[in-house]
Amino acid sequence: MSKDTLVQVEHISRFYGPNAAVSQVSFEVQRGEVLGFLGPNGAGKSTTMQMITGNLAPSAGQVRICGIDLLDLPRAAKAEIGYLPEQPPLYRDFTVDEYLIFCARINGISRDKIKTAVTRSKERCGLTEVSHRLINNLSKGYQQRVGIAQAIIHSPAVVVLDEPTVGLDPIQIREIRSLIRELGNEHGVILSTHILPEVQMTCDRVQIINKGKLVFSDEIENLNQRMQSSSLLLGLHRPPEGSELSDIDGVNTVETLEDNHFRVMHDMENSPAEKIAELAVQKGWGLFELAPERKTLEQIFVDITSNETMVEENAA
Amino acid sequence: MMMTLHIMRRELRAMFLSPLAWTILAVVQFILAYLFLTQLSEFIRYQPQLKSLAQSIGVTDIVISPMYGSASFILMLVVPLITMRVISEERRNKSLALLFSAPVSMTEIVLGKYLGVVAFLMIMIGMVSIMPLSLLFAGPIDTGLFLSTLLGVILLVTSFAAVGVYFSSLTVQPTVAAIATFGILLLLWIIDWAGGRVADPNTTGVLTYLSMLRHFETLSKGVFNTSDVAYYLLFIGAFLTLSVRRLDADRLQH
Repeated sequence: MSKDTLVQVEHISRFYGPNAAVSQVSFEVQRGEVLGFLGPNGAGKSTTMQMITGNLAPSAGQVRICGIDLLDLPRAAKAEIGYLPEQPPLYRDFTVDEYLIFCARINGISRDKIKTAVTRSKERCGLTEVSHRLINNLSKGYQQRVGIAQAIIHSPAVVVLDEPTVGLDPIQIREIRSLIRELGNEHGVILSTHILPEVQMTCDRVQIINKGKLVFSDEIENLNQRMQSSSLLLGLHRPPEGSELSDIDGVNTVETLEDNHFRVMHDMENSPAEKIAELAVQKGWGLFELAPERKTLEQIFVDITSNETMVEENAA
Repeated sequence: MMMTLHIMRRELRAMFLSPLAWTILAVVQFILAYLFLTQLSEFIRYQPQLKSLAQSIGVTDIVISPMYGSASFILMLVVPLITMRVISEERRNKSLALLFSAPVSMTEIVLGKYLGVVAFLMIMIGMVSIMPLSLLFAGPIDTGLFLSTLLGVILLVTSFAAVGVYFSSLTVQPTVAAIATFGILLLLWIIDWAGGRVADPNTTGVLTYLSMLRHFETLSKGVFNTSDVAYYLLFIGAFLTLSVRRLDADRLQH
């Protein structure tokens, strides 16, 4: 698995009239990487995707696919891209086979390799048993899979998927996610989604875009660390009176919640969990719950997209 | 070039997957067959008198040329229905992204789609032409006149198709494309009618030159004039270029 740069996006912007849908976005995607693209509705995710795939020309900036400039040599660059738009670009009165053969042809696969390419792509997306059915008669989930099959048929270096798991059932979602992981081994994958756990499960790196600007970009591991928070959730049947809890070493503040629950804020390094458990047993507080609280990606997402000052910090 | 061919094949196939293409083929064939037969029985009735005429007027002048004349008018009504969905439907289904993100240029997309329509029209004209050619069993026809009329119809109809493709690239509503195409074709058909009423001879000349019908009329009289052929080729080229530019504008900043 070599680490070469497949997508280089440099300061791309796109204006619709006076409004900047995307402004000054730059990032890179390496081979063997799944990049998650997050953002609230209307943040510019799809516009960015369309610019990377040559469906929209950027107002300013450059896109290079495998080192080839998308604007100067669109044909060579586009041969390395597979794209699944938000709405899969299907010909509904074709059968799955006919459609995929056409896709293979226009992506320049030579005549003798078309059959293997189509078969392989169908296998990977679980479409083999619907080969001869009209796309129009397939369920939404299957249509989505046909869209993915179309994007990977010519084994492009870069696969761009715009919300690929929309409309799928939970089992299909799991299959598609593992397919995306698998694709990430040999290709570079850019995945746009608003389903946050999906990003945690499938992506190596996360980017958050808000109001056309890139506001956050980090490895998923760092993000996981960021999610570790400094609080414990504590449940006691017979809570102690007074300040006994907050006097424990390492505890900063204690917040009383409903149903005999407490939130114990503590120092990042020094978790008082063990001590609390010991004391609770000694003094008979009736401990029934003790769990470290984690910030969810959702909270981070909300923090970043709603908090302007934090936006500035991260963008800098 | 290969890409153009692939797109053309898909276009043709998509056309025959819808009942529209079959219906159009059947209706056109039926109407023209009716016209052909009435014209033919007319000819048979007057054949003895025609023999006595000093100027030789044969079956080609009386049956074949008028049939193609009617065909060109009927096709003016029919071509907009064939071309209307070519690009607008893809835009509506958002399937253009498939072609845009494939290694295919805009010119190839437009050309492929256009040639798909042209291939369909050639099938139609081919089927219609079987009727006059069947007269060969009965006797000779004026081959020169026949071929020049056929060329005229082909040029005329392919020009219709170019206009249709352009209007289809403008809109997401196939019906709007059809009506707009029909409107402009009809206008170009009758534009020289005003010719007689405009006093300025220069204006009359321009209007006559613009009329699609005028150029067809000379060809259907058996006069092969390069300027007529050039008119149609320029016409097709202009509308296809406009279509390419229109599709490019989808991508570009404006």
